Amino acid sequence: MKEQLTNVEKLEALWQGKLSPKGPDGNPLPFQSPEAEKAYKERILRVKDAIEMNKLPDRVPVTVFPGMFPWLNAGMTMQEAMYDYGKCAEVFKNFVLEYEPDLHWGAYAPGSGKMYEILGYKLYSWPGHGVAPEYSYQANEGEYMLPDEYDALIQDISGYFTHVYLPRVFGALSGFPMLPFLPGILEIYGLPLFFIPFGLPPVQATYQALFEAGAEALKWVVPIGGADVALATVGFPTVLGGFTKAPFDVIGDTLRGTRGIMLDIHRRPKKLLEAMDALVPLMISMGIANAKQTGNPVIFIPLHKGADGFISDEQFKKFYWPTLKEVMLGLIEGGCIPFPAAEGYWNTRLEVIQDIPKGKTLWMIDQSDMDKVKKTVGKNACLFGNVPSTMLNLGTPQDVRAYVKSLIDTAGKDGGLIIGNGAFFDQAKPENVQALVDAAKEYGTYK
Amino acid sequence: MSEELINAIVEMREEDALKMTTQMLDSGAPPLEVLEACRKALDVVGKRFEAGEYFLPELMLAGEMMNQISAIIKPKLAEMPDRERHGKVLIGTVEGDIHDIGKNIVSFMLDVNGFEVQDLGVDVPPQKFVEAIQDFQPQVVALSGFLTLSFDSMKNTVAAIETAGLRKKVKIMIGGGQINEEVKVYADADGYGKDAVAGISLAKEWIGV
Repeated sequence: MKEQLTNVEKLEALWQGKLSPKGPDGNPLPFQSPEAEKAYKERILRVKDAIEMNKLPDRVPVTVFPGMFPWLNAGMTMQEAMYDYGKCAEVFKNFVLEYEPDLHWGAYAPGSGKMYEILGYKLYSWPGHGVAPEYSYQANEGEYMLPDEYDALIQDISGYFTHVYLPRVFGALSGFPMLPFLPGILEIYGLPLFFIPFGLPPVQATYQALFEAGAEALKWVVPIGGADVALATVGFPTVLGGFTKAPFDVIGDTLRGTRGIMLDIHRRPKKLLEAMDALVPLMISMGIANAKQTGNPVIFIPLHKGADGFISDEQFKKFYWPTLKEVMLGLIEGGCIPFPAAEGYWNTRLEVIQDIPKGKTLWMIDQSDMDKVKKTVGKNACLFGNVPSTMLNLGTPQDVRAYVKSLIDTAGKDGGLIIGNGAFFDQAKPENVQALVDAAKEYGTYK
Repeated sequence: MSEELINAIVEMREEDALKMTTQMLDSGAPPLEVLEACRKALDVVGKRFEAGEYFLPELMLAGEMMNQISAIIKPKLAEMPDRERHGKVLIGTVEGDIHDIGKNIVSFMLDVNGFEVQDLGVDVPPQKFVEAIQDFQPQVVALSGFLTLSFDSMKNTVAAIETAGLRKKVKIMIGGGQINEEVKVYADADGYGKDAVAGISLAKEWIGV
């Protein structure tokens, strides 16, 4: 019981921090007007109440969590958005001011094209580097971890990443495999031997690239992080603290790849399970550290290869859900709000994933049947969604308004709903995005 | 022995399947008999996938077993025999999109179901589809796309096929993450598949299998 209180207190401290925000200088955030301050606090409480499911908020909160829509809609190419950080931030601020959602999610999506160049990033193609300037970056899936490397990963995840995985996905980190085994630094005898690698040109070139990448990341974060602060002063909060991943997706997305992990389910199931177990504490501490650093409690978890159709329900129960659940419980324990996004269809998984503590999580729902979701996962969790990308792109404002209204009737009557898009979208009609926000405000008031 | 090989493949016993292949060949079974067993096994795997009993792990492992068994048999055959095919399907991920998991599954399932498949890969410009239709003469064209940008690429591809005067010669299906009836209408395709199984059904229906 005492432990339980501690978690609640940790989270409450984060919320209270959000409600009395501080600027980058550590002083109280200077709101531009008393109205802005009032709107900011109302928005936070609206979202907090929806997630906690203890009492009804004043109305259903609404947000838009887009992919690259803000930049493409403003007439920028994705290439510009990834290389002109100031313009990227400006355009994002205008997007929030124009549509006025209760919550925004920051201008972090485009990232720094220049930094990826410096590092020789191979895991993704981005505008000008394998993708046309107008399109968004896309992953190059591959077998970046080989089947016989499970033991190395399980034994020392950090060591495996440093010496093996990172040099494979970042060309500029090719000096890392030469690095010494640092936990071997114990006594004076032989100590210089450990430091020889740092004198070698490939290692020095790698560190040089890291310094440059760090400098570029700082150039990027000043305007991008600044957008969060600027938007807060005029009343628009973010609650996104960072992200973590389901252990199955860590291995299936970027280490072994889809083909690799699917084969491993049959060929080396024990190793796969062991590796996922080993990843759990890391994925928890990654989320908690992010929340502490940003002061924002919500930790995003994009879910990929557990969707309907990828694996059977039995495989889902054995390979996907147990470690994801552990990560979610660990985040809750650490005072965070896990925010998994069930991309695609999850209709056959709902009975299993409803087994979570009430009022502690936020689920982004894409194309699953919202009525079924409400009766299962929605009993314990606040739902976020699920206006379809196709409708935002190809439908009419009338379609969107009708969809939002029916969503509130289906899933929002007794709270526990945030209206938003179901999946990340790049292209959409601006009037449809506006209709999403307006309809939620119009139909979503609780009496 | 043939039956045992079929069972081993269907039940995902990879080591047994490979061992039995070698044993069959060593005991003088004709390579074509082994191939025929594989074909039957793959047919069962495909049916189980369509019935929702098997998923990607089983499809991918079945594919792996096929590749390994083919590699064992190939040196013993003057040429791989042509299979009788129901019809031809041209498939690819549309321009701007480099996602291929969904496309590869559909491609594999089409092959298992007896269609001759030409796979153009990812980020395929409309003109490349047009040229491939002229060369390959498929009855069905399958366009894949995961991102919202693919809606326009699909529309452009269908338009390019129309402009080239080939629209009436092919049936066009679309599929991928967000694809639904709305996108089908927008792209002016003839049908869409919510998943791989739905796509295979469409191809069967159109080609008359």
